[in-house]
Amino acid sequence: MTKQILLAGFGGQGILFSGKFLAYEGLVEGRELSWLPSYGPEMRGGTANCSVILSDTPIGSPIVTHPDILIAMNLPSLDKYESEVVSGGKIFVDSSLIDREVKRDDIDVYYIPATKIASDEGLSGLANMIMIGFMLKNTDVCSYENVDATIEKLVPARKKDMISLNKKAIELGYNFK
Amino acid sequence: MMVFEKPKALTDNVMHYCPGCTHGIIHRLVAEAIDELGVRGRTIGVASVGCSVMSYNYFNVDMVQAAHGRAPAVATGVKRSDPNNIVFTYQGDGDLAAIGTAETVHSAARGENITVIFVNNAIYGMTGGQMAPTTLPGQITQTSPYGRDVKTVGYPVKVCEMLAQLDGAAYLERVAVNDVKNVRNAKRAIKKAFQNQIDGKGFSLIEVLSTCPTNWGLTPQKALEWLEENMMPYYPLGVYKDKEAQAND
Amino acid sequence: MSEKVLMKGNEALAEAAIMAGCRHYFGYPITPQTEVAAYMSKRMPKIDGVFLQAESELAAINMVIGVASTGKRVMTSSSSPGISLKSEGISYLAGCDLPALIVNVQRGGPGLGGIQPSQSDYFHATRGAGHGDSHMIVLAPASVQEMVDLVFKGFDLAEKYRMTSMILSDGTMGQMMEPVSLEIGEINEYDKSWALTGTKCEREPRIVNSLCLQPEELERQNFARFERYKVVEEKEPMYEQYRMDDAEVCIVAFGVASRISKNAIDLAREQGIKAGMIRPITLWPFPKKALSAAAGRAKAFVSVELSMGQMIEDIELAIRCSRPVLLCNRVGGIIPTVEEVLAKIVEASKVGGAE
Repeated sequence: MTKQILLAGFGGQGILFSGKFLAYEGLVEGRELSWLPSYGPEMRGGTANCSVILSDTPIGSPIVTHPDILIAMNLPSLDKYESEVVSGGKIFVDSSLIDREVKRDDIDVYYIPATKIASDEGLSGLANMIMIGFMLKNTDVCSYENVDATIEKLVPARKKDMISLNKKAIELGYNFK
Repeated sequence: MMVFEKPKALTDNVMHYCPGCTHGIIHRLVAEAIDELGVRGRTIGVASVGCSVMSYNYFNVDMVQAAHGRAPAVATGVKRSDPNNIVFTYQGDGDLAAIGTAETVHSAARGENITVIFVNNAIYGMTGGQMAPTTLPGQITQTSPYGRDVKTVGYPVKVCEMLAQLDGAAYLERVAVNDVKNVRNAKRAIKKAFQNQIDGKGFSLIEVLSTCPTNWGLTPQKALEWLEENMMPYYPLGVYKDKEAQAND
Repeated sequence: MSEKVLMKGNEALAEAAIMAGCRHYFGYPITPQTEVAAYMSKRMPKIDGVFLQAESELAAINMVIGVASTGKRVMTSSSSPGISLKSEGISYLAGCDLPALIVNVQRGGPGLGGIQPSQSDYFHATRGAGHGDSHMIVLAPASVQEMVDLVFKGFDLAEKYRMTSMILSDGTMGQMMEPVSLEIGEINEYDKSWALTGTKCEREPRIVNSLCLQPEELERQNFARFERYKVVEEKEPMYEQYRMDDAEVCIVAFGVASRISKNAIDLAREQGIKAGMIRPITLWPFPKKALSAAAGRAKAFVSVELSMGQMIEDIELAIRCSRPVLLCNRVGGIIPTVEEVLAKIVEASKVGGAE
């Protein structure tokens, strides 16, 4: 099984970090994987997107142009990539930042006000991980059981307090109804 | 009994320099300093581009030949490879003050613990006498045939004065080799520049006012006089920076 | 096999250099290779190594020359416009027969160009950079693991043949993360009786030099150097073959272009087109023999490159223009899509068939 995932949003939303989470999940599960960031020259506030591929066979191109799964965290990203998602694929939308619905009807769409939940729950800056939790619930990309191990591998020891916050954010997304 | 001998830090090779050129004297002063400080076995020299390009044939130490202007960068690598190495560059004015200005300034700014011997004869010698960054205003060269016109090509670069502004430079002195007294003084300065390196004091540069009888179109004797009458007023001799002395003030 | 870790290509490469015994790094900031310098600046002081940010690319490469002349492993890294500036030093390294490792994380040009991936330095690298009559060993990684492995290879070949090795990478390889095994590669001891170590007053002085004013002697040196290059061309070409057993369309691609091409080849085969790939790992020496052997079965070749048709010339030379060679390229920082490569494979299968 090969899953091509594209995560897209503004710089500063933690797009690359949430992509890294998926990559580390792949590492923990001993799978083939690639993680490739793409961003503009701006240090802050530009567009950011990240290609993650998880597979059971060696990965050719690390660039995701036609994602199986799109995580869109701002409107320009949805506008740009909606048409690129493969038929039968899935789009996850942060509905607190994107005020339109997905137009295509050949894909599954999941809406979650991730940024609002994050700020309500005192997890500002972790909407990205809420999106990840939400995606884990609604796909079979990787297993929820490995979240703890992955987070502990991903978050550096000096930022220990971030471990539980990240876990909480993923949990909120996972349990979102 | 005093016996006059060739320094051990010079090889037996016959130098290619023109009759009356003062490179030979400066080579000897550098070699004497190396011998007297007992560092010949761990000295690595960096030759530059210009008349002294083949100085690697004359110094009896390991030598590397650098591209035009890059000697201080190469020397930085050699020194950082093993700080126990005693590393010197031997550069002319075109090399050090034109094409290699950045390397000169930044090795000084870093306080790189090397010794730079800067031979200033106000002309590009090896290429046949073109205008140098240190050519004097009005001085005639192959590429300033009507005399250096400061209105179009600007003014000479005064290296010691310029580098003295940098906190990183430890010791800067301008000397000349036009007479016995000045030669002895130049020897003292060069030896001190090497001693500084041994003591880990940082960047030392000795600017040596030198002659180029061939390209100046003068006899050796007249060239020495020209140096004294024209170069020394524009490039005053003396210490421009000595961190140690400043510290003792 | 050591445990796999996730690392960016640029960082894995830097760590590999340290593992390979490199303790001297000189660089100058330029996108997209800054991670290499940043990594070195963090690691070197902790292992008694030297990280120095030079005042210019020129100074950096000349500092490399300084360390190389003392016989120690040394490296620098930059990106295309910076490598142009380093060319002077690359020529001197060749003229002095000094080993060194240069990493080029390429970006689109010419001029200042952009900061996205490119392979437009192909000619410059494979023709030795500088002002001619010299070569570098040019290694082209196509995975983060190869960013590690080729560092060991690069240092080894550099010392073995007293040449400069260049790792010709691009922003994609540098920025991407893949699981990588950081394992110590081969480290051999080679004769370094040329290295400047100080005479200790016990031996004759050594001279590292590229100046030679006697034409006969300079010619002799050049011929001798090219005899050495001939051995490298004979013994050291590296390449990977992908689905080449029965291939009628042969893609030639390196680095990120080869990764895209693998997907396109798989899709072409689903359509019944027998496509395969020869992926040069060494761009110099170019795997000429492998290509000329492939020309026996293949009806057409496709050069997939992020440049304006550079490697295609080496392919044509290697097969003596015995088969049509098509160009599939995107430039300026754009990477060809799988679909574009596939379309070119389809076109090539028809060109070849019509022959």
